[in-house]
This record gives sequence, C-alpha cells and structure tokens, in this order.
Amino acid sequence: MHELSIAMGIVEAAVEEAQQRNVQVTAVHLRLGALSGVVKDALLFSYEVACQDTPLHGSRLLIEEVPVAVFCPQCKEKRVLESVQLFTCPDCGAPAGEVLQGKELEVFALEVEE
Amino acid sequence: MSEPRLIEVRRNVLKQNDVIARALREQFRAAGVFVVSLVSSPGSGKTAFLERTLTSLQPRFRVAALVGDLATDNDAARLARSKAAVRQITTGTLCHLEAAMVQTALQDWDLHQLDFLFIENVGNLVCPSSYDLGENLRLVLMSVTEGEDKPQKYPTIFNSADVAVITKDDLAVAVEFNWEAAQKSIESVRPGMPVFRLSAKSGAGMQAYLDFLSQRLTEERAMAHS
Repeated sequence: MHELSIAMGIVEAAVEEAQQRNVQVTAVHLRLGALSGVVKDALLFSYEVACQDTPLHGSRLLIEEVPVAVFCPQCKEKRVLESVQLFTCPDCGAPAGEVLQGKELEVFALEVEE
Repeated sequence: MSEPRLIEVRRNVLKQNDVIARALREQFRAAGVFVVSLVSSPGSGKTAFLERTLTSLQPRFRVAALVGDLATDNDAARLARSKAAVRQITTGTLCHLEAAMVQTALQDWDLHQLDFLFIENVGNLVCPSSYDLGENLRLVLMSVTEGEDKPQKYPTIFNSADVAVITKDDLAVAVEFNWEAAQKSIESVRPGMPVFRLSAKSGAGMQAYLDFLSQRLTEERAMAHS
C-alpha cells in the first residue's frame, strides 16, 4: 500500500501550483492509468489524510480513470484493451504491441478560487 | 468570492522519482554497468536466486547487489557469502524502493568497477511497479509454489517487467505445477516476454538465463558506444 505517499505527492504538487498562482484549490483532477499500480479507492481514502494541515484541507480529489491502450501490430491502429488481464487486440486477437496509454499518474487540472 | 475556475497543470505525480531514475540510468550507461532489478512476492526465493546468480556470474564478471527490505540485514549477510559487494537498503515501513534510495545507497560506489548490479526490491508485487529505478532490465520472479495464475492476479507488475523467471522448479512435480498454464498467464499480460524456468537450488536451467544476461550486457555496451 503506497497510496498514502502517492497522495502526499499529489497534495505537494497541487500546493506548489496553487502558491505560484496565489489561488485556493477546491478540487484536484487526476488522471489515473489502469497500469499505474495505484488503487483508486485507497488513493481517495489517503487523499483526505494527506490534505490534513495543508492548504488543500477540505478539497476534493476527482479521478479520471484511463484505460490501457496499445498499438496493435496487426491492425496498425491504437486499440483500447477491455482488461489489464488480457493484452490482445480486442478486434483481431493479435498479441498487443507497445503500451500507448494507461500508465498515467498525473495531476491534470485544479479547480481554484481566487 | 469569485466563481471557481479550472486551470490546467498537467503534472506527473512521480516526476521527482522519474528525474532521479533518468539520472541514474545515464550514470549506469556512462559506467558501462548493466542493472537488473528484481521484483517478486515475499518468499518466492528472491534471495536464493540472487545468491546463485551472483556466485555463477562471478568467475567472468564483476557483480554487486543492493537489497531492499523493510527491516533486518539478513539478506545482505546471506548474499555476502557470494563474496560480491552487497549493500542493504532498509526501507522502514515503505513497501517499495524509490530511485532516491538507490542513488543514496550508491553514492560512494565506483560503478566503473562493475559489470552487473542487481537491485533486489522489497518483496511485493504491487507497489514497486510504479517506481522506475533507472534499471536496464526489470526481472519478475515467481516460484512454482505460488500458482500458475499469478501474472494475471498482478498484471501491472508483470506488464512492467522485461523478463520473467519461474524458480523452485525442483518442487514443480510435488506441487503439480502446470508450466503451460503459467506461460499462458504470462503471455496474456505481457506478450512476447522471455521466460526462464529454473531451480536456484539445484542450478538446473540457470545457464540459459545467465547467457541471456551476458548477451544483454554485450548489447547494451555496444549500443552505448555506437
């Protein structure tokens, strides 16, 4: 369980961005890839803990889950996988090529008040 | 109070780790050392496997290891029997290694004196997957006693790995290990990944894996000099 240290990293990043702009953060938008190795529920729980005694106290964490997309060497196209347990093209069944998305762990945007 | 507004920031949460990992990778490349990180569940036989690896490579190569554990330096003491340079990283309560810990542990080491450096992560198939350590190769180890479907239970770490090793093959018959099912499980989460089957205890199957490592070292050095 490393979600608490990830949550602290999120808070740290958001606090820094907010201070540079002199704004108050009310919500953090996060993009979370299915291959990031981070569990959404554990992260939401940890976020509240990580916000304590910081300027982000009381803010919300909004998570956008990003599915895995791979390059299919057969179709020569980007394909979104249905499951992280099966790295084959959902269209043609060929073994998946390079992972194009799904590893994201990114603070994407902040909802702020002046 | 004004209306809330949305500002785009696009910040990678693990950026700090990734920056250090990139610096480490560059440092490894410049020194000509090939770095292998090992991930596995607790009790899969990681230390025995590493001990055998260090001992077997030593006649031909200069090898060293960093070993991560929550507590105790038992593993480092065990690995020191191989006569390789070994250093323990004690993580306290942290469930994985981060690039900064590797950087600190290597501070006074002359990497130019090494051919291979092994980094044994904390026994955990979940958390280490998120952290790049600057390694050339991530090796995921599983043992025949763990069940054939382990890769599908932990797809993230298996997908992030470059090579898989199935160890404790000497127990395969006793636990009725189904080799084809295990291979299929690995293939479904990481198509095309090389898989080695061996016993660190008897040494059976070790040679193919050792040859693979030395070939990768040669390739990496050729690339660094091209």
